[in-house]
Amino acid sequence: MANVLVFIDNPGQALKKSSLELLTIARSLGETAVAVNGELHDGVAAALGEHGAVAVYRPSAQDLDDYLVAPKAAYLAEAVNASGATTVLVENSPEGKEIAARLGVRLGAGVITDVVAVDADGTAHKSVLAGSYNTSAKATTPHTVLTVKANSVTPEPAASPSTPETVTVDVPAGATASAARITAREPKAASGRPDLTDARIVVAGGRGLDGDFGPVEELADALGAAVGASRAATDAGWISHDAQVGQTGKTVSPQLYISAGISGAIQQKAGMQTAKVIVAVNKDAESPVFEIADFGIVGDLFQVLPQATEEIKKRKG
Amino acid sequence: MKIIVLVKHVPDAQFDRHLSGEGHTTDRDESILSELDEYALEAALQLTEARGGSKAGNKVIALSMGPAGAVNAIKKSLQIGASEGVHLTDGALAGSDAAATSLALAAAIRHIGADSPVDLVLTGMASTDGETSLVPAQLAERLGLPQVTFASSLDVDGGRITARRDADTHSETVEAPLPAVVSVTDQINEPRYPNFKGIIAAKRKSITTLSLADVGVDPSQVGHAGSWTTVTSAEERPPRTAGTIITDEGDAGIKLVDFLAAQKLL
Repeated sequence: MANVLVFIDNPGQALKKSSLELLTIARSLGETAVAVNGELHDGVAAALGEHGAVAVYRPSAQDLDDYLVAPKAAYLAEAVNASGATTVLVENSPEGKEIAARLGVRLGAGVITDVVAVDADGTAHKSVLAGSYNTSAKATTPHTVLTVKANSVTPEPAASPSTPETVTVDVPAGATASAARITAREPKAASGRPDLTDARIVVAGGRGLDGDFGPVEELADALGAAVGASRAATDAGWISHDAQVGQTGKTVSPQLYISAGISGAIQQKAGMQTAKVIVAVNKDAESPVFEIADFGIVGDLFQVLPQATEEIKKRKG
Repeated sequence: MKIIVLVKHVPDAQFDRHLSGEGHTTDRDESILSELDEYALEAALQLTEARGGSKAGNKVIALSMGPAGAVNAIKKSLQIGASEGVHLTDGALAGSDAAATSLALAAAIRHIGADSPVDLVLTGMASTDGETSLVPAQLAERLGLPQVTFASSLDVDGGRITARRDADTHSETVEAPLPAVVSVTDQINEPRYPNFKGIIAAKRKSITTLSLADVGVDPSQVGHAGSWTTVTSAEERPPRTAGTIITDEGDAGIKLVDFLAAQKLL
């Protein structure tokens, strides 16, 4: 019997870093099993063994991706029961949180989102109110469901690899009956840059860019960074809404956040103030962003950013 | 159509927000209608107005759960255009987590739907205080209704709902039969402000107050006692302090790179 069940939705050809992090945390809590949805490639199955999974559960149905959330939660509840696990770890994506939400109701289990660390006794740590408080929380129920943020631990393989058995779990009949159906899916063009929520470095631009994200994108590419934006910039249509960092966008905690032409009002601060190091460039010395910046430059970003980009290229040779 | 919009009163994010008390709950003095709920309300008003508004028998019911102050979120919703308000309030609800909140709200929604069926339950994409986004999905699970969450556009036609959702890697179209639980993003519309006429009209709109007994929920199922999670500690993070601020004298870009190198971030 496993202690912990990790849910990995559509692992694809190789496990993502965030999935490896979930497995690393899971092993620190006890014997780990994995529930997968979608195809299970040989390479992924091998990697699950290297990360100590004792069992891999797969759904009896192949059409869970055609529906929103509900059937995945129904399947996962069955996998939890089959595995005997008392703690379930899910990634902290919008869908991950909703799967966790419904799984919680099905299992009668407490759900804690946005977790950054888990103690051996199941106590979960997170920050709330836009990073202004650090809290610890615990489920009071026999089962615990946690959604864990990316970049919370350094992924490590197990000391001794395992050979997981594969078990098929029956998805309950009727699991799709009252679920919303996905009737069309259009892929978006990939930027080739790292994912904003997982990136080690984020370069973000705001109103001060006046429609031209070029200097931000060039600096981001020199640093291997993701590109972010303030709500003013996404609302103006200068960049896709996916890039929005802030209360109604993404919350990021990178090693380095470079803010360019963003005033740093509360809506933006909510999404980035847990970054390790904050650098701000703004021509207005009174911008609130300077109150939280480790290094601030009062100046014209159209001068400062290209100069920094050139200098980085020069030093990196 | 009969639409329930869930509205929450939350501390204004423009100011410092605090946790207090034994259960480390959110202070709700100076609370306002959660900004993200205004998009749900606007979506509801647009759907009903397209069907002849209240004259044609359409209803937009603003439902809020919370202490006495929560009525302010309902009043604001009535000023913006909701046709009536329902306030679920009971001392036993204090400290409810998402599971207890969704249980109580599901009971209130069933109660409201007892005389005539509800077509849609609309919510914002998250509250601006808890920010977990758990409640809409848990409501759908508890009510056994289709869940259509994070909709960035919404159409209702012939008893079916069609929504668009935008994820990072793809966009998708989703369909479900009514009734359904739907959450909307801040991309779906531009919420209106209450106008003078709306503010005057709101004074004549009714707000029904419901207790746990009215909706058939036992007090032990909600609040701190009925919640499935407990907050064991809360520490205010020390505010970030300003570091070095320089004014560009023609070499700030190079100084920026020097700073990154010193921090081993290159």
